[in-house]
Amino acid sequence: MDTNSKLQIPNSKLLDYTLRLADDALILGHRLGEWCGHGPILEQDIALTNTALDHLGRARSLYQYAAELFNQMPADEKKQVFTSVAIQNLVSTGANVDEDDLAYLRDGWDFRNALLLEQPNIDWAYTVARALFYDTFNYFFFTELSKSKNESLAAVAEKSLKEVTYHLRWSSEWAVRLGDGTDESHARMQKAVNELWMYSGELFTPNETDEEMSRAGLGVDLTKIKPLYMARVQEVLSEATLTTPPDTWMQQGGRNGRHSEHLGYVLAELQFMQRAYPGMEW
Amino acid sequence: MTQEIKKTNKTEWPLWEVFIRSKAGLDHKHAGSLHAADAQMAVENARDVYTRRMEGVSIWVVESRHIHASDPDQSESMYEPANDKIYRHPTFYNLPEEVKYM
Repeated sequence: MDTNSKLQIPNSKLLDYTLRLADDALILGHRLGEWCGHGPILEQDIALTNTALDHLGRARSLYQYAAELFNQMPADEKKQVFTSVAIQNLVSTGANVDEDDLAYLRDGWDFRNALLLEQPNIDWAYTVARALFYDTFNYFFFTELSKSKNESLAAVAEKSLKEVTYHLRWSSEWAVRLGDGTDESHARMQKAVNELWMYSGELFTPNETDEEMSRAGLGVDLTKIKPLYMARVQEVLSEATLTTPPDTWMQQGGRNGRHSEHLGYVLAELQFMQRAYPGMEW
Repeated sequence: MTQEIKKTNKTEWPLWEVFIRSKAGLDHKHAGSLHAADAQMAVENARDVYTRRMEGVSIWVVESRHIHASDPDQSESMYEPANDKIYRHPTFYNLPEEVKYM
Protein backbone atom coordinates (compact mmCIF):
# COMPACT_ATOMS: atom_id res chain seq x y z
CA MET A 1 0.00 0.00 0.00
CA ASP A 2 2.48 2.55 -1.19
CA THR A 3 -0.06 5.23 -1.92
CA ASN A 4 -1.40 5.10 1.64
CA SER A 5 1.95 5.51 3.31
CA LYS A 6 2.68 8.51 1.10
CA LEU A 7 -0.55 10.11 2.17
CA GLN A 8 0.19 9.22 5.76
CA ILE A 9 -3.10 7.70 6.67
CA PRO A 10 -2.74 5.16 9.44
CA ASN A 11 -3.93 1.68 8.52
CA SER A 12 -6.36 1.80 11.40
CA LYS A 13 -8.29 4.69 9.80
CA LEU A 14 -8.36 3.05 6.41
CA LEU A 15 -9.51 -0.17 8.07
CA ASP A 16 -12.26 1.65 9.95
CA TYR A 17 -13.46 3.22 6.71
CA THR A 18 -13.36 -0.02 4.75
CA LEU A 19 -15.08 -1.98 7.49
CA ARG A 20 -17.99 0.38 7.84
CA LEU A 21 -18.70 0.14 4.14
CA ALA A 22 -18.48 -3.64 4.38
CA ASP A 23 -20.73 -3.73 7.46
CA ASP A 24 -23.34 -1.51 5.78
CA ALA A 25 -23.40 -3.93 2.87
CA LEU A 26 -23.46 -7.12 4.94
CA ILE A 27 -26.19 -6.00 7.31
CA LEU A 28 -28.51 -4.68 4.61
CA GLY A 29 -27.74 -7.73 2.48
CA HIS A 30 -28.88 -9.88 5.39
CA ARG A 31 -32.02 -7.83 5.93
CA LEU A 32 -32.98 -8.07 2.27
CA GLY A 33 -32.18 -11.78 2.33
CA GLU A 34 -34.83 -12.17 5.03
CA TRP A 35 -37.39 -11.50 2.28
CA CYS A 36 -36.31 -14.65 0.46
CA GLY A 37 -39.38 -16.84 0.18
CA HIS A 38 -41.54 -14.12 1.76
CA GLY A 39 -41.75 -11.54 -1.03
CA PRO A 40 -45.18 -10.22 -1.96
CA ILE A 41 -44.84 -11.72 -5.42
CA LEU A 42 -42.37 -14.21 -6.85
CA GLU A 43 -40.77 -11.73 -9.27
CA GLN A 44 -40.05 -9.19 -6.51
CA ASP A 45 -38.78 -11.92 -4.23
CA ILE A 46 -36.15 -12.68 -6.85
CA ALA A 47 -35.45 -8.98 -7.48
CA LEU A 48 -34.78 -8.33 -3.82
CA THR A 49 -32.58 -11.36 -3.29
CA ASN A 50 -30.58 -10.37 -6.39
CA THR A 51 -30.00 -7.03 -4.72
CA ALA A 52 -29.12 -8.75 -1.43
CA LEU A 53 -26.45 -10.69 -3.30
CA ASP A 54 -25.07 -7.48 -4.84
CA HIS A 55 -24.62 -6.10 -1.32
CA LEU A 56 -23.10 -9.35 -0.09
CA GLY A 57 -20.65 -9.41 -2.99
CA ARG A 58 -19.52 -5.88 -2.17
CA ALA A 59 -19.21 -6.84 1.50
CA ARG A 60 -16.91 -9.72 0.55
CA SER A 61 -14.58 -7.55 -1.55
CA LEU A 62 -14.37 -5.00 1.25
CA TYR A 63 -13.86 -7.58 4.03
CA GLN A 64 -11.04 -9.15 2.02
CA TYR A 65 -9.36 -5.77 1.75
CA ALA A 66 -10.04 -5.03 5.42
CA ALA A 67 -8.49 -8.34 6.43
CA GLU A 68 -5.43 -7.48 4.35
CA LEU A 69 -5.12 -4.11 6.12
CA PHE A 70 -5.62 -5.69 9.52
CA ASN A 71 -3.05 -8.43 8.94
CA GLN A 72 -0.42 -5.82 8.03
CA MET A 73 -0.70 -4.16 11.41
CA PRO A 74 1.86 -4.76 14.17
CA ALA A 75 0.67 -7.24 16.80
CA ASP A 76 0.17 -4.74 19.61
CA GLU A 77 -1.87 -2.46 17.37
CA LYS A 78 -4.07 -5.37 16.28
CA LYS A 79 -5.16 -5.88 19.87
CA GLN A 80 -6.55 -2.35 19.98
CA VAL A 81 -8.83 -2.63 16.96
CA PHE A 82 -11.53 -5.07 18.11
CA THR A 83 -12.57 -5.97 21.62
CA SER A 84 -14.61 -9.01 20.50
CA VAL A 85 -13.26 -12.03 22.36
CA ALA A 86 -13.19 -14.35 19.37
CA ILE A 87 -11.05 -11.92 17.37
CA GLN A 88 -8.79 -11.23 20.37
CA ASN A 89 -8.22 -14.98 20.69
CA LEU A 90 -7.29 -15.22 17.02
CA VAL A 91 -4.90 -12.29 17.32
CA SER A 92 -3.22 -13.75 20.41
CA THR A 93 -2.39 -16.95 18.50
CA GLY A 94 -0.73 -14.79 15.85
CA ALA A 95 -3.05 -16.08 13.13
CA ASN A 96 -4.19 -13.90 10.24
CA VAL A 97 -7.87 -13.01 9.95
CA ASP A 98 -9.90 -13.47 6.77
CA GLU A 99 -13.18 -12.12 5.42
CA ASP A 100 -15.21 -14.76 7.27
CA ASP A 101 -13.61 -13.98 10.62
CA LEU A 102 -14.53 -10.32 10.21
CA ALA A 103 -18.13 -11.15 9.33
CA TYR A 104 -18.75 -13.96 11.81
CA LEU A 105 -16.52 -13.39 14.81
CA ARG A 106 -17.04 -9.75 15.67
CA ASP A 107 -19.61 -8.82 18.29
CA GLY A 108 -22.13 -6.04 17.78
CA TRP A 109 -20.03 -3.25 19.27
CA ASP A 110 -17.30 -3.93 16.71
CA PHE A 111 -19.73 -3.45 13.82
CA ARG A 112 -19.70 0.01 12.23
CA ASN A 113 -22.75 -0.07 10.00
CA ALA A 114 -25.16 2.86 10.05
CA LEU A 115 -28.24 2.30 12.22
CA LEU A 116 -30.53 2.65 9.21
CA LEU A 117 -29.36 -0.64 7.74
CA GLU A 118 -30.10 -2.81 10.76
CA GLN A 119 -33.69 -1.55 11.07
CA PRO A 120 -36.18 -4.39 10.56
CA ASN A 121 -38.04 -5.00 7.30
CA ILE A 122 -41.49 -4.59 8.93
CA ASP A 123 -43.36 -4.37 5.62
CA TRP A 124 -42.76 -3.58 1.96
CA ALA A 125 -43.00 0.18 2.56
CA TYR A 126 -40.32 0.16 5.26
CA THR A 127 -38.12 -2.00 3.07
CA VAL A 128 -38.55 0.44 0.19
CA ALA A 129 -37.98 3.56 2.31
CA ARG A 130 -34.81 2.14 3.86
CA ALA A 131 -33.58 1.13 0.42
CA LEU A 132 -34.41 4.55 -1.05
CA PHE A 133 -32.33 6.39 1.56
CA TYR A 134 -29.40 3.98 1.35
CA ASP A 135 -29.43 3.56 -2.44
CA THR A 136 -29.51 7.31 -2.96
CA PHE A 137 -26.64 7.75 -0.51
CA ASN A 138 -24.73 4.91 -2.18
CA TYR A 139 -25.23 6.34 -5.64
CA PHE A 140 -23.58 9.66 -4.80
CA PHE A 141 -21.10 8.13 -2.36
CA PHE A 142 -19.73 5.58 -4.80
CA THR A 143 -19.68 8.13 -7.62
CA GLU A 144 -17.23 10.11 -5.47
CA LEU A 145 -15.37 7.12 -4.06
CA SER A 146 -14.60 5.88 -7.57
CA LYS A 147 -12.24 8.88 -7.78
CA SER A 148 -10.41 7.84 -4.59
CA LYS A 149 -6.62 7.73 -4.65
CA ASN A 150 -6.89 4.37 -2.94
CA GLU A 151 -7.06 1.91 -5.80
CA SER A 152 -8.79 -0.85 -3.87
CA LEU A 153 -11.64 1.38 -2.71
CA ALA A 154 -11.91 3.05 -6.12
CA ALA A 155 -12.21 -0.34 -7.82
CA VAL A 156 -14.98 -1.50 -5.47
CA ALA A 157 -16.75 1.82 -5.97
CA GLU A 158 -16.61 1.61 -9.72
CA LYS A 159 -18.02 -1.91 -9.81
CA SER A 160 -20.69 -1.09 -7.23
CA LEU A 161 -21.88 1.97 -9.05
CA LYS A 162 -23.48 -0.08 -11.81
CA GLU A 163 -25.33 -2.20 -9.28
CA VAL A 164 -26.31 0.74 -7.15
CA THR A 165 -27.70 2.62 -10.15
CA TYR A 166 -30.14 -0.24 -10.62
CA HIS A 167 -30.94 -0.46 -6.90
CA LEU A 168 -31.78 3.24 -6.88
CA ARG A 169 -34.05 2.83 -9.86
CA TRP A 170 -35.83 -0.02 -8.08
CA SER A 171 -36.34 1.79 -4.77
CA SER A 172 -37.33 5.09 -6.42
CA GLU A 173 -39.94 3.42 -8.58
CA TRP A 174 -41.40 1.51 -5.67
CA ALA A 175 -41.53 4.64 -3.53
CA VAL A 176 -43.56 6.28 -6.30
CA ARG A 177 -45.78 3.24 -6.83
CA LEU A 178 -46.67 3.01 -3.15
CA GLY A 179 -46.78 6.74 -2.43
CA ASP A 180 -48.85 7.54 -5.50
CA GLY A 181 -50.87 4.32 -5.23
CA THR A 182 -53.90 3.53 -3.10
CA ASP A 183 -54.86 5.35 0.10
CA GLU A 184 -53.47 2.48 2.12
CA SER A 185 -50.16 2.21 0.27
CA HIS A 186 -49.73 5.99 0.48
CA ALA A 187 -50.33 6.00 4.23
CA ARG A 188 -47.96 3.10 4.81
CA MET A 189 -45.23 4.60 2.67
CA GLN A 190 -45.51 7.97 4.40
CA LYS A 191 -45.34 6.25 7.79
CA ALA A 192 -42.22 4.31 6.79
CA VAL A 193 -40.52 7.47 5.48
CA ASN A 194 -41.38 9.34 8.69
CA GLU A 195 -40.22 6.55 10.99
CA LEU A 196 -36.93 5.88 9.21
CA TRP A 197 -36.07 9.51 8.52
CA MET A 198 -34.21 9.96 11.81
CA TYR A 199 -31.80 7.18 10.80
CA SER A 200 -30.90 8.78 7.47
CA GLY A 201 -28.83 11.64 8.89
CA GLU A 202 -26.08 9.38 10.23
CA LEU A 203 -25.02 8.57 6.67
CA PHE A 204 -23.94 12.22 6.30
CA THR A 205 -22.52 12.86 9.75
CA PRO A 206 -18.76 12.82 9.30
CA ASN A 207 -16.58 11.58 12.14
CA GLU A 208 -12.82 11.81 12.49
CA THR A 209 -12.25 8.94 10.07
CA ASP A 210 -14.38 10.60 7.38
CA GLU A 211 -12.53 13.86 7.77
CA GLU A 212 -9.06 12.35 7.58
CA MET A 213 -9.95 10.10 4.67
CA SER A 214 -11.57 12.94 2.78
CA ARG A 215 -8.65 15.32 3.39
CA ALA A 216 -6.20 12.72 2.08
CA GLY A 217 -8.23 12.29 -1.11
CA LEU A 218 -9.01 8.71 -0.16
CA GLY A 219 -12.53 9.06 1.14
CA VAL A 220 -15.66 11.00 0.30
CA ASP A 221 -16.49 14.51 1.44
CA LEU A 222 -19.94 13.87 2.92
CA THR A 223 -20.85 17.55 3.00
CA LYS A 224 -20.43 17.59 -0.77
CA ILE A 225 -22.84 14.76 -1.50
CA LYS A 226 -25.48 15.65 1.08
CA PRO A 227 -27.20 18.35 -1.03
CA LEU A 228 -27.24 15.99 -4.01
CA TYR A 229 -28.81 13.33 -1.83
CA MET A 230 -31.44 15.70 -0.43
CA ALA A 231 -32.40 16.98 -3.87
CA ARG A 232 -32.83 13.49 -5.23
CA VAL A 233 -34.78 12.14 -2.25
CA GLN A 234 -37.07 15.18 -2.29
CA GLU A 235 -37.65 14.73 -6.00
CA VAL A 236 -38.66 11.10 -5.54
CA LEU A 237 -40.84 11.79 -2.51
CA SER A 238 -42.60 14.64 -4.26
CA GLU A 239 -43.24 12.51 -7.33
CA ALA A 240 -44.60 9.92 -4.92
CA THR A 241 -46.95 12.61 -3.49
CA LEU A 242 -45.24 12.08 -0.13
CA THR A 243 -44.19 14.73 2.37
CA THR A 244 -40.48 15.08 3.10
CA PRO A 245 -40.15 15.03 6.90
CA PRO A 246 -38.90 18.27 8.46
CA ASP A 247 -35.36 18.72 9.74
CA THR A 248 -35.18 16.83 12.97
CA TRP A 249 -32.81 15.34 15.48
CA MET A 250 -30.96 12.44 13.90
CA GLN A 251 -30.05 9.14 15.54
CA GLN A 252 -26.44 8.10 15.34
CA GLY A 253 -23.90 5.78 16.91
CA GLY A 254 -23.58 2.89 14.50
CA ARG A 255 -20.34 4.17 13.02
CA ASN A 256 -18.84 4.02 16.51
CA GLY A 257 -20.30 0.64 17.44
CA ARG A 258 -23.35 1.89 19.38
CA HIS A 259 -26.28 0.08 17.84
CA SER A 260 -30.02 -0.32 18.22
CA GLU A 261 -31.33 -3.53 19.76
CA HIS A 262 -31.97 -4.93 16.28
CA LEU A 263 -28.36 -5.64 15.36
CA GLY A 264 -28.00 -8.31 18.04
CA TYR A 265 -30.81 -10.36 16.50
CA VAL A 266 -29.33 -9.98 13.02
CA LEU A 267 -25.93 -11.18 14.24
CA ALA A 268 -27.42 -14.03 16.25
CA GLU A 269 -28.92 -15.43 13.07
CA LEU A 270 -26.00 -14.52 10.82
CA GLN A 271 -23.24 -15.81 13.08
CA PHE A 272 -24.85 -18.74 14.87
CA MET A 273 -23.38 -21.48 12.70
CA GLN A 274 -19.79 -20.27 12.87
CA ARG A 275 -20.00 -19.59 16.59
CA ALA A 276 -21.51 -22.98 17.39
CA TYR A 277 -19.41 -24.96 14.92
CA PRO A 278 -16.21 -22.94 14.41
CA GLY A 279 -14.61 -23.29 11.00
CA MET A 280 -17.58 -25.23 9.63
CA GLU A 281 -17.87 -25.29 5.84
CA TRP A 282 -20.72 -26.38 3.62
CA MET B 1 -63.45 -4.18 2.60
CA THR B 2 -59.81 -5.10 3.25
CA GLN B 3 -60.61 -8.65 2.21
CA GLU B 4 -61.92 -7.35 -1.08
CA ILE B 5 -58.88 -5.17 -1.68
CA LYS B 6 -56.54 -8.07 -1.02
CA LYS B 7 -58.47 -10.25 -3.41
CA THR B 8 -58.43 -7.79 -6.27
CA ASN B 9 -54.76 -6.93 -5.71
CA LYS B 10 -53.79 -10.54 -6.08
CA THR B 11 -55.48 -10.91 -9.43
CA GLU B 12 -54.76 -7.39 -10.61
CA TRP B 13 -51.24 -7.71 -11.98
CA PRO B 14 -51.47 -8.92 -15.55
CA LEU B 15 -49.36 -11.64 -17.12
CA TRP B 16 -46.57 -10.70 -19.53
CA GLU B 17 -44.62 -12.74 -22.05
CA VAL B 18 -40.88 -12.19 -22.02
CA PHE B 19 -38.55 -12.31 -25.02
CA ILE B 20 -34.79 -12.22 -24.54
CA ARG B 21 -32.02 -11.51 -27.02
CA SER B 22 -29.06 -13.54 -25.84
CA LYS B 23 -26.48 -11.51 -27.75
CA ALA B 24 -26.28 -8.72 -30.29
CA GLY B 25 -27.29 -9.85 -33.77
CA LEU B 26 -29.49 -12.73 -32.63
CA ASP B 27 -33.25 -12.54 -32.47
CA HIS B 28 -35.37 -12.27 -29.35
CA LYS B 29 -36.59 -15.66 -28.16
CA HIS B 30 -39.51 -16.43 -25.91
CA ALA B 31 -38.10 -17.00 -22.42
CA GLY B 32 -41.24 -17.36 -20.31
CA SER B 33 -43.83 -15.26 -18.60
CA LEU B 34 -44.25 -13.28 -15.39
CA HIS B 35 -46.57 -10.93 -13.54
CA ALA B 36 -46.09 -7.17 -13.37
CA ALA B 37 -48.19 -4.06 -12.82
CA ASP B 38 -47.04 -2.32 -16.00
CA ALA B 39 -44.55 -2.55 -18.86
CA GLN B 40 -41.73 -0.89 -16.96
CA MET B 41 -42.06 -3.28 -14.06
CA ALA B 42 -42.36 -6.17 -16.48
CA VAL B 43 -39.01 -5.30 -18.08
CA GLU B 44 -37.39 -4.99 -14.66
CA ASN B 45 -38.91 -8.21 -13.38
CA ALA B 46 -37.73 -9.92 -16.56
CA ARG B 47 -34.25 -8.57 -15.92
CA ASP B 48 -34.24 -10.15 -12.47
CA VAL B 49 -35.99 -13.39 -13.35
CA TYR B 50 -34.52 -14.18 -16.76
CA THR B 51 -31.18 -12.41 -17.19
CA ARG B 52 -29.44 -12.72 -13.83
CA ARG B 53 -27.21 -15.51 -15.16
CA MET B 54 -26.11 -13.42 -18.15
CA GLU B 55 -28.77 -14.83 -20.46
CA GLY B 56 -29.45 -11.61 -22.30
CA VAL B 57 -28.60 -8.18 -23.61
CA SER B 58 -32.07 -7.04 -24.60
CA ILE B 59 -35.60 -7.67 -23.33
CA TRP B 60 -39.00 -7.39 -24.95
CA VAL B 61 -42.21 -7.79 -22.99
CA VAL B 62 -45.74 -7.96 -24.26
CA GLU B 63 -48.86 -8.42 -22.23
CA SER B 64 -50.03 -11.97 -22.72
CA ARG B 65 -53.56 -10.88 -23.65
CA HIS B 66 -52.17 -9.25 -26.78
CA ILE B 67 -50.88 -12.55 -28.10
CA HIS B 68 -53.28 -14.32 -30.37
CA ALA B 69 -52.57 -17.98 -30.83
CA SER B 70 -53.73 -20.61 -33.27
CA ASP B 71 -56.23 -23.14 -32.02
CA PRO B 72 -54.68 -26.58 -31.29
CA ASP B 73 -57.98 -28.20 -32.27
CA GLN B 74 -57.49 -26.90 -35.79
CA SER B 75 -54.04 -28.41 -36.17
CA GLU B 76 -55.17 -30.95 -38.76
CA SER B 77 -56.51 -28.40 -41.17
CA MET B 78 -53.88 -25.80 -40.33
CA TYR B 79 -50.65 -27.75 -40.59
CA GLU B 80 -51.11 -31.20 -42.05
CA PRO B 81 -51.82 -30.04 -45.61
CA ALA B 82 -48.18 -28.88 -45.74
CA ASN B 83 -46.91 -32.38 -45.10
CA ASP B 84 -47.00 -33.60 -48.71
CA LYS B 85 -45.96 -30.33 -50.39
CA ILE B 86 -42.32 -31.29 -50.63
CA TYR B 87 -41.91 -29.02 -53.69
CA ARG B 88 -42.20 -26.02 -51.39
CA HIS B 89 -38.72 -26.75 -50.06
CA PRO B 90 -35.86 -25.48 -52.23
CA THR B 91 -34.35 -28.97 -52.40
CA PHE B 92 -34.53 -29.31 -56.19
CA TYR B 93 -31.81 -26.80 -56.95
CA ASN B 94 -28.26 -27.86 -57.63
CA LEU B 95 -25.96 -25.84 -55.43
CA PRO B 96 -22.46 -25.04 -56.63
CA GLU B 97 -19.70 -26.59 -54.52
CA GLU B 98 -18.40 -23.17 -53.47
CA VAL B 99 -21.60 -22.42 -51.55
CA LYS B 100 -20.89 -24.32 -48.40
CA TYR B 101 -23.31 -23.14 -45.80
CA MET B 102 -26.84 -23.13 -47.09
